[in-house]
Amino acid sequence: MSVETERSSTESEVSGLDYEETALTLRLPGGTSRVAGSEPDRKRGFSETVELGLGSGAPVGTRGVGSTDDQSDESPESQASVAEKPPAPKARVVGWPPVRSFRKNVMKSCKLVKVAVDGAPYLRKVDLEAYTGYHQLLTALQEMFSCFTLRNYPDEERKLVDPVNGTEYVPTYEDKEGDWMLVGDVPWKMFVESCKRVRLMKSSEAVNLAPRAQHS
Amino acid sequence: MREEISDMSEDDETGERARWAPDLSKNRSDDSDSGPGPPIGDSPPPFSDQVLENVLENVLEFLTSRRDRNAASAVCRSWYRAEAQTRRELFIGNCYAVAPHRAVERFQSIKSVVLKGKPRFADFNLVPFGWGAQFEPWVKSFGAAYQHLERICLKRMSVTDKDLTIIAESFPLFKDLTLICCEGFSTLGLAVIAERCRHLRVLDLIEDYLEDEDDEVVDWISRFPETTTSLESLVFDCVTCPFNFDALERLVARSPSLQRLRVNHHVALEQLRRLMARAPQLTHLGTGTFRSEVGFGEVDPNLDLVSAFGASRSLVCLSGFREIEPEFLPAIYPVCANLTSLNFSFANLTAEELNPVIRQCHNLQTFWVLDSVGDEGLRAVAESCRDLRELRVFPLDPTEDSDSSVSDIGLQFISEGCRKLRSILYFCQRMTNAAVVAMSKNCPDLVVFRLCIMGRHLPDRITGEPMDAGFRAIVMNCKKLTRLSVSGLLTDKAFEYIGCYGKLIRTLSVAFAGDSDGGLRYVLEGCTRLQKLEIRDSPFGDASLISGLPFYYNMRFLWMSSCNLSMRGCKEVARNKPNLVVEVIRDVVEEEEEEIEAVEKLYLYRSLAGARTDVPAFVKIL
Repeated sequence: MSVETERSSTESEVSGLDYEETALTLRLPGGTSRVAGSEPDRKRGFSETVELGLGSGAPVGTRGVGSTDDQSDESPESQASVAEKPPAPKARVVGWPPVRSFRKNVMKSCKLVKVAVDGAPYLRKVDLEAYTGYHQLLTALQEMFSCFTLRNYPDEERKLVDPVNGTEYVPTYEDKEGDWMLVGDVPWKMFVESCKRVRLMKSSEAVNLAPRAQHS
Repeated sequence: MREEISDMSEDDETGERARWAPDLSKNRSDDSDSGPGPPIGDSPPPFSDQVLENVLENVLEFLTSRRDRNAASAVCRSWYRAEAQTRRELFIGNCYAVAPHRAVERFQSIKSVVLKGKPRFADFNLVPFGWGAQFEPWVKSFGAAYQHLERICLKRMSVTDKDLTIIAESFPLFKDLTLICCEGFSTLGLAVIAERCRHLRVLDLIEDYLEDEDDEVVDWISRFPETTTSLESLVFDCVTCPFNFDALERLVARSPSLQRLRVNHHVALEQLRRLMARAPQLTHLGTGTFRSEVGFGEVDPNLDLVSAFGASRSLVCLSGFREIEPEFLPAIYPVCANLTSLNFSFANLTAEELNPVIRQCHNLQTFWVLDSVGDEGLRAVAESCRDLRELRVFPLDPTEDSDSSVSDIGLQFISEGCRKLRSILYFCQRMTNAAVVAMSKNCPDLVVFRLCIMGRHLPDRITGEPMDAGFRAIVMNCKKLTRLSVSGLLTDKAFEYIGCYGKLIRTLSVAFAGDSDGGLRYVLEGCTRLQKLEIRDSPFGDASLISGLPFYYNMRFLWMSSCNLSMRGCKEVARNKPNLVVEVIRDVVEEEEEEIEAVEKLYLYRSLAGARTDVPAFVKIL
């Protein structure tokens, strides 16, 4: 099993747009928390740089001397913003609209939640604010744990499947009230607002979660 | 009453003269706002003149306006000397326009310094890191010369912890440190200031960027003296790292003169209540966040909050409101009627959530808000805040193709309700000429008009025409206009109007506008009071740059990036104007010495100091 094959096989399931988004985003190995913008106050505080996940911390678009990341000078902003929205028709430009970094960083907020996978020994963190919808989030989760493929079922349940042993995982989350819910049941924004952490639960254990079981 | 951050961007007293007024010296450079004068070090005057000078000094003590002082200094040598002796505030609009030693030699009794560094487009990542504007050479000169220095205000300077230490060590009477959009220092430097400036009254940190690694944060709040302090203002909402709350509470309790307190986002409502209880005399409060630290429905701090605000009879200015939980907003109702300034620009509020608050803010003069409130929210503002002077509407999603809920409709509402408006900054995606024209007619007192249509080159959303007509109306009808930012689809015609009617404009910001060199020419030739011109991504080339040669000495600076400039044109400017510093800034330094002909970024400014010596590798001075 190669990650590449997995990825290409999911292309048909993942929309071309989404693939582009994840493909463009530069990440350090295992450094997903950087992509998620976990350090919004990183050097210079430029949101663009943070979302690129570059370790040096210097602003790629503006660093003058000896930048080792020259090739990413081309469009750091377009890459950075890509994680937030579907790709724009135009290439982004530096510093437009003219909003100061301080303000951008504040508004970016940062809805970091832990993601656990049943049977995996490690946790990851994702910034829910970095995604605009469930599809992006699930694709990112799939990338993150790299051993799943995303499958859409006809009834629109979303499941992640470990192709090695065929185990299905269902993305679930704990909301503010402490209840465990299925990811995807509520409108995206409500989910971002109320989600405290995410757990990829084995399908077999998820039977007790009632879909659409939440208060108004 | 202290000037708020919005004042800082408008240099009200420039001391600059209109271009065609009789000029005492041809090569006058006004960036130190100090006027021309005889060479330093001429022989002392005879005794009778000395008496006159002393008398004059006593009179000039009362002269505070920069413009008046510059005029006085130009009368004759005697007046020049007397003025120099009596000037107490030094304003330097461009730190590279004059050398520190020269300023210090001329003015020997300074108590207050205002110093500005990087060009404004640095705020939008257009100036590479390391460009310059170091405070160090200034603080060293000041430290040696100004024993009585009490106040330092810096904007867009690079300030290190070492610089802050020099301040703390050099000025025994130091009272006021204000840093706006600065970078390079950390909580370590703040600790030194807190500890050693025993007479500190003001520590205002506004939109600075602190160099703090998570594990090296210093508990600076605890370093203030344990005795009663003379603190009047403590603003640190931009200090992103956590701080010692208990120490702050104790500090507030022993600071009876404290009037302005703005905390960072590590303060929740429960803590805010405690702070307010310690300082019911506050006039300006920045809440940090506006959320409860506990979950929903566990504790209701609402009651306590309401009484906390109810007890704060002096509050006139509220800000903060990050991560807002709108159900707690009713707590501020008791103070709404007294508010003159309200900053909701970090609060994601809907019109429904804003409405009950704004309806009570009859006396509001300054209002900052997010476009999340939509046109409907702005309608409520227009109906409730008849006395509004300054409005800023920021985008919740500051990306080019975001959905903005405000449009020409909201602008129209505001223009009809807020007739006394003087200053507006409005981000939107959709605009019409009609709304802009309406504003120009309804709000004739406008001094600052900054419209940012975020999509590039967007025309009038109804007629499909360029936005020329709207801006034409603004410059025609708003006869007091001194600052203008344009956006949307604009042809050269717009600039023709600006040049024709914008005779008082001092600051002009242009982005993605114009058709040809003609556009820039109109502005350079027509706007006789122009001081600061910043242009990006507009098709202006060498010819237009060169057409401005007669005027650049009368301006503080010109910034042009991503235009059609070449080295040939820029070199010609540099050759012709020896007192101009012409900087070409590159993003990537080529290894080879081969020169690229196209100029990506140009920054030129008049200067008495000549080419600066602290140039980084990516800047070339022509």
